[in-house]
Amino acid sequence: MKAKQGQRRVLTGNIVAANAARLCRPEVIAAYPITPQSEVAEQLSAFVADGMLDSEIVEVEGENSAMNVVCAASVAGARVFTATSSYGLVFMYDTLLQTAGFRAPVVMVNVNRETPGIHAVSSGQQDMIATRDSGWAQIIVENNQEIMDQIIMSYRLAEDFDIQLPVMVNYDGYYLSYLAEAVELPEQSDVDAFLEPLKKQPGRPRVIPGESTGCGTHGMEMGYVEARYKHWLALERVKNKVDEIDKAFGEYFGRSYGGQIEEYRTADADIIVLASGSAAGTARTVIDAKREQGIKAGLVKLRLFRPFPEERLIQALKGKKAVGVIDRSVCFGWKYGPMCTELKALAPSIGSIPILSYIDGLANLDITIPHISRVVDEVQAAASGKSFQDVTWIPMEEL
Amino acid sequence: MKEIRIHGRGGQGAVLAARMLASAFVVEGKYVASFPMYGFERRGAPVVAFTRVDDKPIREKTQIYNPDCLVVIDPGLMKLPTLFNGLRPEAILILNSPQKLEMQPNTNLRIGGLINATKIAVAEIGRDIPNTCLLGAFAAASGWLKLESILSCLKDYLSGDILQRNLKSAERGYREVEVIKW
Repeated sequence: MKAKQGQRRVLTGNIVAANAARLCRPEVIAAYPITPQSEVAEQLSAFVADGMLDSEIVEVEGENSAMNVVCAASVAGARVFTATSSYGLVFMYDTLLQTAGFRAPVVMVNVNRETPGIHAVSSGQQDMIATRDSGWAQIIVENNQEIMDQIIMSYRLAEDFDIQLPVMVNYDGYYLSYLAEAVELPEQSDVDAFLEPLKKQPGRPRVIPGESTGCGTHGMEMGYVEARYKHWLALERVKNKVDEIDKAFGEYFGRSYGGQIEEYRTADADIIVLASGSAAGTARTVIDAKREQGIKAGLVKLRLFRPFPEERLIQALKGKKAVGVIDRSVCFGWKYGPMCTELKALAPSIGSIPILSYIDGLANLDITIPHISRVVDEVQAAASGKSFQDVTWIPMEEL
Repeated sequence: MKEIRIHGRGGQGAVLAARMLASAFVVEGKYVASFPMYGFERRGAPVVAFTRVDDKPIREKTQIYNPDCLVVIDPGLMKLPTLFNGLRPEAILILNSPQKLEMQPNTNLRIGGLINATKIAVAEIGRDIPNTCLLGAFAAASGWLKLESILSCLKDYLSGDILQRNLKSAERGYREVEVIKW
């Protein structure tokens, strides 16, 4: 069975996210507005006010409460949605950990923005990186259609009986949140049909008011360790589940994204650029241009950041001659960017090849075509045995 | 691919104009991508918005460095030293200004579309929101799309009396723009 052709409309990433949430019929929503996410919260309120969405919106005084509300509603059995960014994400840090520990299948949009330390209302993935070890699944998307499709897929993932974990869908602030492009809005009946398999699964445990049920853990020693171990195992299961759901989505809606990672012209590539988010779109253009010049370059788009797609990446990178990793954030305490640091851990399995780290696109600075072109050239030189720089902060070198 | 860069100030509708332009090109079967770049949402602060148009899907997610067309909503921004940087040859300038253009502002410009959009917006809408008027002027001066495509997509963004006023403003932009060829 295939989905019907949806209506095509020109919408911004934020409005697409709100529509995706609406189509998944969350029963409880609590979201506090913050630039560049505000349109998501506003549009969801408008949907409820206009009678287009039957959902309870809990107005909160901040993000910490927003996450507490959706976590509590989720453990009571409701389908929930929230959205945030930057300061909002770090303001809910304790509840973020709690939600993951409670195994509450919350779906949250995080519109990537720089974090406190240096006040910046601008794009960057540092917020997502700062919550890397919160126990959530973290997925990064490239364009507005993928925002729509990944939010729908995220409910299948979060609420899967074998997973029961919160999922954070990340997209670049400004570059995608305010990007208007044509997007196909799936029909409500098709989204319902795609989420239908969740209803056939065993019911997940939930707190029922008045009954002696509980949730979360207050464990000491082995009680704590066992809960942690199960949480860790569930997050490991996310990897294959993301691939399965992506495949099912592709079969039904005709669009798929590769699951944990997407490979672009990698099969016969000598060298690889690894990028994520909106920069991956620009990278495709560069890869095509370099191919015309005879450089055998390919792109690996990292979609799943937590859990880290170890096996898929090894498969994609084994036998390649060199890799360049573009990070839109900083890893304090390591000299490489965060994604590059993680990739380095796979080195024994992919062979001892040059892995070049690039920091770019912080604070609304562009990851431009010339920037990515430079990355390809330098990775190509490294592949042919030339010496290379471990880490390059591209904007600093362009001063 | 055609790349259009819009320069305005917060409150003048640069962001919305870029989106409306994208919608109008979709009416004509094109692929589009449009986004603005600014920090906080502040009235009066300089805003730049980008719209790309192509016959195939657009993958680039960067700002526009080599525009084929500039739309300048606030004539004060003509003094920006970087305004014409990277302008492609044979480019188009759409300018909202009460004054005549005394000379070709940049040698890469081939077509100028000059209109007092503020005056028209104040007359038709009652406020200095000249964006829709400039879209009409854009259609006439560039010839890249039909006026009807712009008019038909305005209803996706506006409704009621404000829609009617903006339709008139766009039509007047189309009819009254002074097209200069260099």
